Amino acid sequence: MTALIFIKPDGEKVTVEATNGATVMEVAKENDMPMLAACGGSLACATCHVIVDDVWYDKTGEISEDEEDLLDTAHGLTHTSRLCCQIKVSDELDGMVMTLPPMD
Amino acid sequence: MNELHSTDVAIIGAGPIGLFSVFQCGMLKMSCHVIDALPATGGQCTALYPEKPLFDIPAAPNINAFDLIERLEKQIAPFKPVIHLNQQVTELQKIDEYWHLSTATGLNIQARAIIIAAGAGAFGPNKPPLDNIEQFEGSSVHYMVQKREDFRDQRIVIAGGGDSAVDWALSLADVAAKIYVIHRRDRFRAIPETVAQMKALAEAGKIELVIPYQLAALEGEGKTLKTVVVKTLDGDERRIEADHLLSFFGLATKLGPINDWGLNILNGVIKVEPTTCATNLAGIYAVGDIADYPHKLKLILSGFAEAAQAAHAAYRVVNPGQALNFEHSTSSGLPTLEAAD
Repeated sequence: MTALIFIKPDGEKVTVEATNGATVMEVAKENDMPMLAACGGSLACATCHVIVDDVWYDKTGEISEDEEDLLDTAHGLTHTSRLCCQIKVSDELDGMVMTLPPMD
Repeated sequence: MNELHSTDVAIIGAGPIGLFSVFQCGMLKMSCHVIDALPATGGQCTALYPEKPLFDIPAAPNINAFDLIERLEKQIAPFKPVIHLNQQVTELQKIDEYWHLSTATGLNIQARAIIIAAGAGAFGPNKPPLDNIEQFEGSSVHYMVQKREDFRDQRIVIAGGGDSAVDWALSLADVAAKIYVIHRRDRFRAIPETVAQMKALAEAGKIELVIPYQLAALEGEGKTLKTVVVKTLDGDERRIEADHLLSFFGLATKLGPINDWGLNILNGVIKVEPTTCATNLAGIYAVGDIADYPHKLKLILSGFAEAAQAAHAAYRVVNPGQALNFEHSTSSGLPTLEAAD
């Protein structure tokens, strides 16, 4: 199992166990994190936007052009913004910290 | 407009599951009114991916989303549903035996039962989360252009990187005093020809591309915008004097008023009892993407089944004390239904 750490919009830090091969979005939803993930991972919205902690960002993999296009519709972007339905959990991500933007 | 309608079941949401709920209710001889915020039926199928093929609809090996909606409409037509588009249900309250719902445009419906098939919520503009943006909406901040002339000789900031941003930058370049296009990166997700035209106008000085910036703040007095503050990812700030902001970040869904009706909602979905789709409020059911229970699959397929579960459960609320004769469509055929009032 791989540990993922979410920082909720209110600052609360939650560590969850994730199964390798799942997407970070799936893990977040399973653990009732405050995240809409409206399209269910079909890369049709930007409501699973997370801000990955700097040191982990390079480990999250390539960003596709489709993901970039959707990030255009997200707000409050940073250098390490990702749509977490596009990040696959693996051993490499054990301990990764991500901040969830407000759901508004 | 202040209409009052009375029906057996009011369905909130005219996406695939809302439409199929009409069918399931109709088979049990219950009349339906359907309300949707979008100007067309189909929900996400129409608004987000009309031309995408679906492969997991039983007996339809490859069907695009638009065609799916067309076929559902044909399937429910015998039940004569009344469909109210372009309006969001804002209020829902129980008065005696009826749920009363009303929309912002003055539609009122009383129904014995309610089926909420609202997907991820009502579609509206995807608004940038700027503290005071609402203060300027309708006067200086816009999510669509109604009259091009309104922008004559005005200084306009256009935010966004899609077709709407590019198309309006081109269209308004003729009438505006100055156009700034704010986008977070150099690439626009729009038709390459129009992007090229916009870049040519930028070189000619008619448009100024402000890249790579994001909206950071709005300043002004009352409803009048004065300055749009933009920032790069590294925090470099630029202040742009402008009369209008056109914000084009596509559509977003919001539960909005549904949050206020006393339903058991967590992270944008309504908790239901999976065998009936009953919510915590008697006579209100939730189906499709908005309904949640353990191991829920957000599939159109599951939504169809939920519509059947909800309709059968709602029958007992609509027709208290009456027997429900379970019938297959092969034996009952299509019941005939009087048009709802």
